[in-house]
Amino acid sequence: MKKSIGERIKRNEDPRLLTGRALFVDDVQLAGMLHAAFLRSDYAHARIKGIDASAAREHPGVVAVFTAEDMGEDWAPGPSNVAPPPGDVVFHSRTHVPLAKDKVRYVGEPIAVVVAESRYIAEDAVEDIFVDLEMLDVVADLETALDPDAPLVHDDLDSNLAAHLIQDKGDYQAARATADVIVTRKIDIDRGAAAAMENRGVVADWDEKGQQLTVWDTTQAPIPIRNGLAARHGLSQSQVRVIAPFIGGGFGPKILLHYPEEIMIPWISIQLCKPIKWIEDRRENFHATTQERRQVHEAEMLLTREGKILGVSHTFLHDTGAYDPYGLTIPLNTQSHATGGYHVPNYHSEVKVAFTNKMITTPVRGAGRPQGIFLVERLLDIAAKELEMDPVEIRKLNFIPSEAFPYEREIIDQAFSPLIFDSGNYQPVMDKAVETIGYHHFINEEQPRLQAEGKHVGIGITPFVETTGVGPYEGARINIEPSGKINVATGVGTQGQGHFTSFAQIVADQLGVDVGDVNLVTGDSTEFHWGTGTFASRGAVVAANAINASAKIVREKVLKLASKILEAPEEELELEDGYVRVADIPRMSISLGDLAAEANPLRGAVEPGTEPGLEATAYFGPQYGAAAFGVHAMIIEVDPETMMIDIKRYVVAEDCGTILNPLILEGQIHGGVAMGIGNAYFEQLIYDENAQLLNASLADYLVPTACEIPTIEVEHLETRSPLNPLGTKGVGEAGTIPVPSLFAQAIENAFPDHDFEILEMPLSPNKLFEILHKKEVGQ
Amino acid sequence: MSDLYQLSVTINDTEYQRSVEPRMLLSDFLRHDIGLSGTHVGCEHGVCGACTVLFDGQPIRSCLMFAVQADGHEILTVEGLGTPDDLHVIQEAFWEAHGLQCGFCTPGFLMTLVPFLEENPDPDEAEIRHAISGNICRCTGYQNIVEAVKLAAENMRA
Amino acid sequence: MKPPPFEYYNPRSLDEALSHLAEHGYDAKILAGGQSLVPMLNFRLAQPAVLVDLNKIADLAYIQAGNSGGIQVGTMTRHAQVERDPIIAERAPLIHETMPMIATSQIRSRGTFGGSIAHADPSAELVAISVALEGKFRLRSQSGEREVPATDFFLGMFTTQLEPEEILVEASFPSLPPGTGWAIEEIARRPHDFALVGVAVVVTLHSDQRIQNARIVFLSVGDGPVVAEKAAESLRDQAPSPNLLRAAAEIAAAEDIDPSNDIHASADYRRHLAKVLTRQALETAIERAKG
Repeated sequence: MKKSIGERIKRNEDPRLLTGRALFVDDVQLAGMLHAAFLRSDYAHARIKGIDASAAREHPGVVAVFTAEDMGEDWAPGPSNVAPPPGDVVFHSRTHVPLAKDKVRYVGEPIAVVVAESRYIAEDAVEDIFVDLEMLDVVADLETALDPDAPLVHDDLDSNLAAHLIQDKGDYQAARATADVIVTRKIDIDRGAAAAMENRGVVADWDEKGQQLTVWDTTQAPIPIRNGLAARHGLSQSQVRVIAPFIGGGFGPKILLHYPEEIMIPWISIQLCKPIKWIEDRRENFHATTQERRQVHEAEMLLTREGKILGVSHTFLHDTGAYDPYGLTIPLNTQSHATGGYHVPNYHSEVKVAFTNKMITTPVRGAGRPQGIFLVERLLDIAAKELEMDPVEIRKLNFIPSEAFPYEREIIDQAFSPLIFDSGNYQPVMDKAVETIGYHHFINEEQPRLQAEGKHVGIGITPFVETTGVGPYEGARINIEPSGKINVATGVGTQGQGHFTSFAQIVADQLGVDVGDVNLVTGDSTEFHWGTGTFASRGAVVAANAINASAKIVREKVLKLASKILEAPEEELELEDGYVRVADIPRMSISLGDLAAEANPLRGAVEPGTEPGLEATAYFGPQYGAAAFGVHAMIIEVDPETMMIDIKRYVVAEDCGTILNPLILEGQIHGGVAMGIGNAYFEQLIYDENAQLLNASLADYLVPTACEIPTIEVEHLETRSPLNPLGTKGVGEAGTIPVPSLFAQAIENAFPDHDFEILEMPLSPNKLFEILHKKEVGQ
Repeated sequence: MSDLYQLSVTINDTEYQRSVEPRMLLSDFLRHDIGLSGTHVGCEHGVCGACTVLFDGQPIRSCLMFAVQADGHEILTVEGLGTPDDLHVIQEAFWEAHGLQCGFCTPGFLMTLVPFLEENPDPDEAEIRHAISGNICRCTGYQNIVEAVKLAAENMRA
Repeated sequence: MKPPPFEYYNPRSLDEALSHLAEHGYDAKILAGGQSLVPMLNFRLAQPAVLVDLNKIADLAYIQAGNSGGIQVGTMTRHAQVERDPIIAERAPLIHETMPMIATSQIRSRGTFGGSIAHADPSAELVAISVALEGKFRLRSQSGEREVPATDFFLGMFTTQLEPEEILVEASFPSLPPGTGWAIEEIARRPHDFALVGVAVVVTLHSDQRIQNARIVFLSVGDGPVVAEKAAESLRDQAPSPNLLRAAAEIAAAEDIDPSNDIHASADYRRHLAKVLTRQALETAIERAKG
């Protein structure tokens, strides 16, 4: 039977999604359900002197209004999402609160919640709540957040310093003394939004008689949410069921443990013994869903005159927003990627994480990696120019050689474990990208010709690494039903990654069934209640291998039982088309369904030590993460008069190990690149000096449409990860990571006669105009 | 609360009579009153296109209309387009070309494309991209949606 | 993001609509296509006590060919209808060319010609081209009807000559004189975004191909449509040449407009774009005027 892994298999989940018959959180309708709306702070920093909700409580149709005070003993800040860092790292954990109590720390922070018969009425009543606020000075700017006279986001701390971490490899200062070339630049990266098309939402239903809490949640991590809710409410974990049904895109921010609303809605349901629904609207999504990317680096690269990198150093500020529940994950990821895919013998990094009066930052597709890659690739480009070297050649010269894997970075990663790149073969990927885009043809022939015609065409080519598939573990339970259908349950949630299909393919191959006969349940804590979640590009690595392990055990059970029934040795049996057959005697066979029935008899004696059914549960935890690699290349034309860009070619050469389903893989890359293009040229969250977000709508925050995104040509190479049996590496964030660097390269390259450097992201036509204006281009 | 208004509206060939508050958005009416939750709501300010339905055959943003305004009109939602066992040719093409990932924006794309392909049976890529520029997708990068539209157009012509 | 409560009227006739407006005055807002109003309601940026919905008044939607080559467009005519209308295509090519630039197909299905004009968004294309084409608007109230030239109609950001009890019932446009060319150019980040800058140009040539008259009207550079009078004056009776057009574009950008900074574009960038677009639009319009 043909293996399905590696095939372009259409997705199992699509018919339901295509016909409007898939369940999303806002589709949940329960009898007697009430609706919640939050009063959120209009100010970034203010002391709450008093709240008068009496008019709101009197509003017809309002059932209840809650403030922090009304929560009494139940008011408690949310848990930290990550373990505290090792002892020598300065880290002040200040986690977000369910409702603001003494002061508000960012625009959008919830102050009170109204519960009413409809969302319309709840929103009406929110306007009836009066909050007496004393304005405080605002920490709006990362670069001045740590000034001695800066206002304090958290009054109990001496400064806005949330964390301070230094990492060293080798002896950077000694290397600096020997360097031929030293490139020093300031790199400035601003915030963006994940802007999933589905906003967040929570529906909670406390069954007082059954003592059971059921929560539908747009979370990427249903099981940790379940565990957290149980702990918070003093319930046993089995009394709480969290369902993450179909989720309309995650991209990172749907994994804060726990958002204020994820705490409040179940709490209210328990208080009122009523089902409660809260659906985030788009304005709330801009103000109250986490964001990412803001960092400012003083960066430096040391090189020999031959172009060999001797060292990289960067001292940087990272904006965590008003709270730091995600600890150091993002800046640690930045450090893990600030030396790219290169052998860098000496490295020095110092990060200060600062509190500001803005929404919390947590990983957004890329999660600190795009900043690191932008930094190292920019420095390399500038160095190449100084050394008059070809940008491709200087990169090839510095790649970690294939024989050096596993390659120890000698720093710690996002999990505070030693950072090791498990495997890789970078040069062929670069060669593939160079060849596919026709790099040499372009720079030697096409570009000179087009430039002679007055066209501003440029090329960029950026390699990147992506640490993926981190632990701790995931698990899966698989069983064969008497109908012959296979049920698979796993704890990770799914937000469009095609898990219902790629995971089914793994099972189909192990058990010899059609992919369509494998029914997968994800993200329902009752179906499977061990796991962490969908993040860090780990589904295809950690969960997939758990499913593979589980399927293997079921396969063994199938063979053992079939061997007995068919009276043939296991080695002679094969699993095909839903049957177990004796290899050379096709009529000697039994269907998996019949076998499942035999495995669960109604009468007779079961041998001691055996288990009923054809079912198994298994887990997988990788030793450490798998490092994927890729190269993006792009040719653009810039209109020198309007600064609008036209992407002529976009090539991705990627190596994410074993490919489960190229259709799905390419889709992940397309979407990642599109978000990267947004990050590079369209999407910036613009805050004013009072930390007010000025573009909190999809009309003003420019998520690219089909007219801004080009056709993306994808080439695959496969270097299997030795760390897991399937050999997979993650790819979920890969598309996004190198795009800002690529834009900087290509735009600079399009203006060969103009000496300017792009050191900030996101860019825009307006910013490019400001940069080029002084050069009087296109006049 | 303001007075309730009676309306009679045909949705996916079924006539419904309801009374609604005039401020009830058509999107909420379809999703929560009628129970046709396949029409999704992504922004409620007319930009994302997820809530697109056909109103007397024309694509409209259901978040920018009041339910009461649908009185006497005909609406087609994604539920009326095809079923899992009998997909519309455009739905079939989206499946074939992997034109969806999380699937949240998909109903809006489909409903935008139905009248577009009727009016433009043989669109080129630029026309397709322009036609869907009022629908935002965050997952696919649009490439496979464009491929799906090409495929659907081809199959519809055949 | 749910709209606040309001009292709702959906009159079947214009007279009925006018009587509601007369009764409620400033408390009432007119609901035409709703494509600008409903977002404002959903964001609760507008909270009118009364909405008077014109959508049931069938006879406010029409496109008519006028006697002397012009056209009349009823206020409730949907953008999508104007976009596809053969009379518009033939008699009002600038309007025909402009329609696809307005928002998205879904918005154009519902949005109305008169609604866009009465809303008076400074970045609305129809606002700028009405001025460029020297359109006229018929305003009706219970006390009668008046006709206001587009050039006088727009008073500032979202403000017009319309009184609270008045409805804009029709926009009319004269025929273009012989030897007239037109163009509209705009720059938007995404196709459906409000333009960072746009310019509509109508140019009429003398028989010897010198420029008799030019109307240059900007969108998105001020509180309303901005007419570039100095630039137009610099073109009068001149023979078109690349240098002339370039100079006119520079005058327009430097002297006729005073754009402001906002989150989408700086004043400098807007000025620069205005120059680039004016030159392009003048070139196109003159090409077309030459026939």
